[in-house]
Amino acid sequence: MMDRRRGLGRYGLSLLRFWSVSLAAQMEYQLNLIIEVVASIATLAGGLFTLSLFYAHGQRLGGWSWEEALVVLGLSTFLDGFSSTLLRPNLGELVKQVQNGSLDFVLLKPIDSQFWVSLRNWSPWGMPEMALGFGLVLVGLVRSGARPGPGGVLAALLLWACGVAILYSLWFILAATSIWFVKVWNATEVLRSLVGVGRYPISAYPPALRLLFTAVVPIAFLTNVPAEALLGRTTPFWCAASAGLALVALICSRLLWRMALRHYTSASS
Amino acid sequence: MNHQRSPAPEPTTRPLQRIPMRRSPLRIARTLLVSQYALMVEFRAEIVLWALSGVMPLLMYAVWSGAPAGAAAGVNPQQFARYFLAALVARQFTVVWVIYAFEEDNLLGRLSPLLLQPLPLAWRYWAAHLAEQATRLPLVAAMVLLFVAAVPAAAPPLDPMRLLLALLALHLGFCLNFLMQYAITMLCFWNERVSALERLQAIPQLFLSGLLAPLELFPEPLRAVALHTPFPAIIYLPAQLAAGGPIAIGPAFLNLFGWLALLLPLNLLLWRAGVRRYAALGA
Repeated sequence: MMDRRRGLGRYGLSLLRFWSVSLAAQMEYQLNLIIEVVASIATLAGGLFTLSLFYAHGQRLGGWSWEEALVVLGLSTFLDGFSSTLLRPNLGELVKQVQNGSLDFVLLKPIDSQFWVSLRNWSPWGMPEMALGFGLVLVGLVRSGARPGPGGVLAALLLWACGVAILYSLWFILAATSIWFVKVWNATEVLRSLVGVGRYPISAYPPALRLLFTAVVPIAFLTNVPAEALLGRTTPFWCAASAGLALVALICSRLLWRMALRHYTSASS
Repeated sequence: MNHQRSPAPEPTTRPLQRIPMRRSPLRIARTLLVSQYALMVEFRAEIVLWALSGVMPLLMYAVWSGAPAGAAAGVNPQQFARYFLAALVARQFTVVWVIYAFEEDNLLGRLSPLLLQPLPLAWRYWAAHLAEQATRLPLVAAMVLLFVAAVPAAAPPLDPMRLLLALLALHLGFCLNFLMQYAITMLCFWNERVSALERLQAIPQLFLSGLLAPLELFPEPLRAVALHTPFPAIIYLPAQLAAGGPIAIGPAFLNLFGWLALLLPLNLLLWRAGVRRYAALGA
């Protein structure tokens, strides 16, 4: 087909086609929807239960009240859902494509290869979890009595987007290393268990781990920093740090992908 | 190693000697374990990463040791340290992945030759799990030593009786987890994608096994319910035995044996029905 459209329009149209195709493919497994809804609700119930153990005697956890901690748990649930909607179907696939050599065909397509490997697939099964996470954030906000103004909401949404961008970059960087190491599927499992750290306020961890999860593995920026913004107690410093980190992470993922492609020697060579 | 060769056809008039058909179960077990171990050593880099993804108990220790709720419930930091270190070890040696191996073998058509062997398939996967645990052993030892070096209070009390019981509970807990997952795996004969069902079992297991918090911190009605499920036998029982914490040993083992007694015949039944169904499909 000779589509002469250039620029963003072409990418938008491609994305629409990609996602309608993968939606049609996923609809073959409708029973999965029921299982995923049940699994999401059970996971959330378990997470709430475990969190409630820390508040059994009315204490605070790392200086956060129960309602405030709900916002953190909600954001973490949302990111889990996001991972199963976009990150796992695409970046998990990337590892397989390197293993069996079908990445060659992707690289030949007249479209940006990072765009293709990051957004080709879309799985609706993470949506229930995203919705539940979003709902829990709202519940936590309303019950904690936080009333963020329009500026606060805007800042929180920006930080939320930064968190998503950082998570994507971490996943992408790990998946892209499969070009060198081929089998890194388990590395993404390590990342998944690390993201579990963000279920609780970072201030609940001992100081050394707090530093580790803020400065070395930026888990704090995924859930804690946006939660602080939603609760109306963030500072310009954290906003700037989060935005800067997201930008650096995205640039790193781009540079690494280009370097990886220069080293890519196809499956049989 | 198989030193016994089948006798070559000799040009003598002597009647062909039959190969002894009796195979000692010990030899089968040894061959299975050794060959599976060799396979697993090939994947040691992956197993390292996988073991690292099991550090959840250490993170939970980090949160619990500073949480005021733990002290209020009467659990002191040393008990937390001992419990979560033991839970880390229990987690590493009770992990089961048979359903993913089986699903892949089934989808890729590797199952048919395996089914032809005169050995129930479960033994092969069981041996693979034991071999994988052996590959993990040095790594887990290093993790334990590092943790004890960082938090000396975490060193378990030296009570040989309880440590032995903990080892027994650990292996039985693994067998229980294996049988639970294998029962779901057998449903593969009816539907190729049953790992989704496995998720539904893994979620209550995560929250009720004691991986995230020792069960004595659970509120009362829930604690009693949790203790009757098979899940605490997988982490809580071996961990609490090794850590020297408070646990009703008798009832916990009774629960463990009860579930084993239930799952063993269930597995046999499902296996027999499933294999018959598989033959029908392939015909």
